[in-house]
Amino acid sequence: MGGNITAEALDRDERRIGVYICHCGLNIADTVDVEAVANYAGTLNSVAVARDYRFMCSDPGQDLIKNDIKELNLNRVVVASCSPRMHEPTFRKACEAASLNPYLFEMANIREDCSWVHDDREVATQKAKALVRAAVARVYYNDPLEIKEIPFNPDTLVVGGGIAGIQAALEIADSEHKVYLVERDPSIGGHMIQLDKTFPTLDCSQCILTPKMAAVGAHPYIELLSYSEVEEVSGFVGAFKVKVRKKARYVDEDKCTGCGLCQEKCPWTADSEYDVGLSKRKAIYTPFAQAIPNVPVIDRDSCAYFLKGKCRACEKFCETGAIDFEQVDQFIELEVGAIILATGYDAFDPSTISQYGYGIYDNVITGLQFERLSAATGPTGGEIRLKDGRKPESVAIIHCVGSRDQNYHEYCSRVCCMYGLKVAHIVKDKTNADVYEMYIDMRCFGEGYEEFYKRVSEEGVNFIRGKVAKVTDKAVSEEEEGKLVVICEDTLLGSIIRVPVDMVVLCIALEARSDAEEVARKFIISRRADGFFLERHVKLDPVATPSDGVLIAGCCQGPKDIPDTVVQASAAAARVLAMISKGRVTLEASVSHVNEDLCIGCGRCEELCEFHAPKVGIYEKPMPVSRVNEALCKGCGACAVACPTGAISIKHFKPEQILAMVDALAET
Amino acid sequence: MQALTPYKDAIDIVKEAGGEAFEQCYQCGLCSGTCPWNLVTSFIVRRLIHQAQLGLVDFEDDDLWLCATCGACVARCPRGVEIIDIMRAMRNVVAEVGAAKVPDSLRITAKNIASAGNPQGEAREIRGNWAEESKVKTFTEGTELLYFSCCVPAYDPKVRRIAQATAGILNKAGVDFGILGAKESCCGESIRKAGNESIFQSLANSNIQAFTESGVSKVLVSSPHCYHTFKNEYPALGGNFEVVHTAQYLLELIRDQKLKLTKELNKKVAYQDPCYLGRHNGIYDEPREVLRSIPGLELIELPDSREESICCGGGGGRIWIETKKGERFSDLRLEQAIEAGAEILAVACPYCMLNFDDSVLTMDKGEIIEIRDISELVWGAI
Repeated sequence: MGGNITAEALDRDERRIGVYICHCGLNIADTVDVEAVANYAGTLNSVAVARDYRFMCSDPGQDLIKNDIKELNLNRVVVASCSPRMHEPTFRKACEAASLNPYLFEMANIREDCSWVHDDREVATQKAKALVRAAVARVYYNDPLEIKEIPFNPDTLVVGGGIAGIQAALEIADSEHKVYLVERDPSIGGHMIQLDKTFPTLDCSQCILTPKMAAVGAHPYIELLSYSEVEEVSGFVGAFKVKVRKKARYVDEDKCTGCGLCQEKCPWTADSEYDVGLSKRKAIYTPFAQAIPNVPVIDRDSCAYFLKGKCRACEKFCETGAIDFEQVDQFIELEVGAIILATGYDAFDPSTISQYGYGIYDNVITGLQFERLSAATGPTGGEIRLKDGRKPESVAIIHCVGSRDQNYHEYCSRVCCMYGLKVAHIVKDKTNADVYEMYIDMRCFGEGYEEFYKRVSEEGVNFIRGKVAKVTDKAVSEEEEGKLVVICEDTLLGSIIRVPVDMVVLCIALEARSDAEEVARKFIISRRADGFFLERHVKLDPVATPSDGVLIAGCCQGPKDIPDTVVQASAAAARVLAMISKGRVTLEASVSHVNEDLCIGCGRCEELCEFHAPKVGIYEKPMPVSRVNEALCKGCGACAVACPTGAISIKHFKPEQILAMVDALAET
Repeated sequence: MQALTPYKDAIDIVKEAGGEAFEQCYQCGLCSGTCPWNLVTSFIVRRLIHQAQLGLVDFEDDDLWLCATCGACVARCPRGVEIIDIMRAMRNVVAEVGAAKVPDSLRITAKNIASAGNPQGEAREIRGNWAEESKVKTFTEGTELLYFSCCVPAYDPKVRRIAQATAGILNKAGVDFGILGAKESCCGESIRKAGNESIFQSLANSNIQAFTESGVSKVLVSSPHCYHTFKNEYPALGGNFEVVHTAQYLLELIRDQKLKLTKELNKKVAYQDPCYLGRHNGIYDEPREVLRSIPGLELIELPDSREESICCGGGGGRIWIETKKGERFSDLRLEQAIEAGAEILAVACPYCMLNFDDSVLTMDKGEIIEIRDISELVWGAI
């Protein structure tokens, strides 16, 4: 450790800056002459003390700062070490512990910005000195900022009633805090309620999900808003305001007993969404028997009364008079502290890959359609049947349909290998057909997954390594007559292979919801290039988003299986419960500030701000001026740059702070 | 059994020859499954790429010369691997580094192109002879359009009709155009795909110089191969000209009412998408529009058309390599056309015309179907 207290600095002026240069073991010290940098820092204006130390982030390192603040009366601190993303909070806390306002601290990044990217020790040392010089110049102008807190609304909004939303809602509600669960469809359940068995344990999906659905329906702390969508979101963490559109069901929820007579009598049908087009449902319908809530909706697009003005059969037969053709959409205003988005995924439409024949050949189906065929609640009562009712004698399962393919989605959908294996198992079990899995790589990474792969192999499933090029009904041999022929290279044999089968199951990709962009805009969150919602940090903060108080769970953040979805949903719930438990929200202190004497009320800041923080209005002055809601402001600075009169500055990023840095860097 | 060891020098040599795209391949085999060769014989494209990845390419292997660069595999490849670049690089290692022997017919063709500027080895002076009876002037400074016929129509008496029909149409429509005759060289597209990069470079430079010196700004081509290289490859060498294919230009003339198609052709016509017009350059609709403009003509689609079109077999230098009877894509394609009830198979590429004319002859189908370039059909309808 080197120390360098310059005596004359003690009484040079009122600024007393402590500078600490971190070795970071050898991460910095290997490339930068840290002692030389510390010595140099000691010569800078207003620097009272400059030291170097092996690990500034360690307890003894922090103690150095704390002791110097007290003993040397420091009123500004600079640490030159790693990225502020790593340790700025650490050192700010150390300052606070020594009763120094944390905003009087400044960090110079001499690791990522210097030692890690340079080899030449001399040049790196020069650069480290310049970065320290800039930080010292800046901290000179730093102001102490007030840290404000507001109370946190303990009610929560969960958007999406699939397994992710259900899990998150139950975990929060079980702690006796109110949850609003908004579901777009007539019932909660999501994709999971459509599945037959779940890999690798083969639990019946409905059997494990319906108890949770029923718990949601009956929970005193959950208010279920089904057939509803979020229209508008305003406010901020701890105090969101949400407008929900409750779509007209044309059925009075209070009067309906769920007897089902209306559905029985309705003469009009449409393709069943639940059965993915494999069966019909009525124009008035509950999507499936265990629907929560058990209240039907009328689908205007297939109802004869709405289309032609005649029918009303449901109304005639309803004994409680629950049918209400006059119902209109309602708008409900909610106030919540946090929001969990669990909006799920869309299944990839394989008809865009024309060579696979989906939509052309009857017996080319998607994995989701297979689930419905296999489920006891499905159109065949759980029998695996071809379109013409025959039992298949051979089935091909094609992996990576729309995944791992830059023509569609470059990412791996993570669940397809496993559901492909499950399909193989079910086909074997129920039909004893010959099964072929055409795969590129088998990805069986979860608990019990590899074991399941082995089990399915032992059941006699044939594995062919190759991406399928084509499915055709054009036979070139007698054996192929009347069959679907799957053509690919068996890359392990190094030969083209033609496999005649009766049924083809496409392991379709999971993709971002088609309206994900609109939802992201509504909740002010970002999307990744692949369309899914962007988490705050891919490894260390996968449930948060850049919008404080807006969390994400399940497949809206990226394809994942049920165990991972449940984990993420629970994590999001835990995050919300932590906020509720704390009960207050700390607001960002480095926010935008308007000098009302300079403001001309032009409103450019208001137009630009993504977070709706500035509002132009008439406040104390007779003329309109802009004012910033500090709770909404993220301190991004967009308004300050655009302000034509220079009325706006960002606290902690004032022009004199920035210009001092620039001047210091320009010095040689 | 002898174990193999990855051979770094051989990996690098293919990379240096421009085949570094093999690094992206994840060996799914979709290329093999898509390749039209596997309709007639076996060609495991993926294995060749894997050999390149490990530096274990057998440069003596005849498979190296199979790829017709039709682009079907590239269009589908899930990793977007430029497979044609890999093929070209491996051939380059044979042709220019000398890793093995180049097939005889290709070697002779390369020599012809290098010395005479055309694959047939004909004299440069007679390149423009086809134009004598069509009253075509020589392109001079100020002429609006250069017509670049391609070597095949220029020298091959059987295919000359493409150039003559095109010249006839241009004259009729009053277009101010000319040819450069002896100053033109082969565009070089196919010899490049056959691995002869240096020959391509010198052909391209010679054409760019000839075009530039004569003040050419816009070039009309009959061959999608010329189109592809002029449009997509010459700019990197400093040749920036506006390039149009006859399919596009004819449609323009028809739309602008500079051509009036009045004579009926009451026939069923199928159209063969040339790989270098379709998959390589995305031009599918214009030739079909041109055909539909001919009164009486009934356009029918082949089973595999547009993006799915099956190659005639003539790309990638294959036009100069003998393909065994029974392995010719053009035979398959002709059968498809006949089965679909086509009386004429319309083409928009001189290579397609050579291959299909040959198929008609060797399969003895001359009484059932004929091969016509779209320019011929338009010329006949005026």
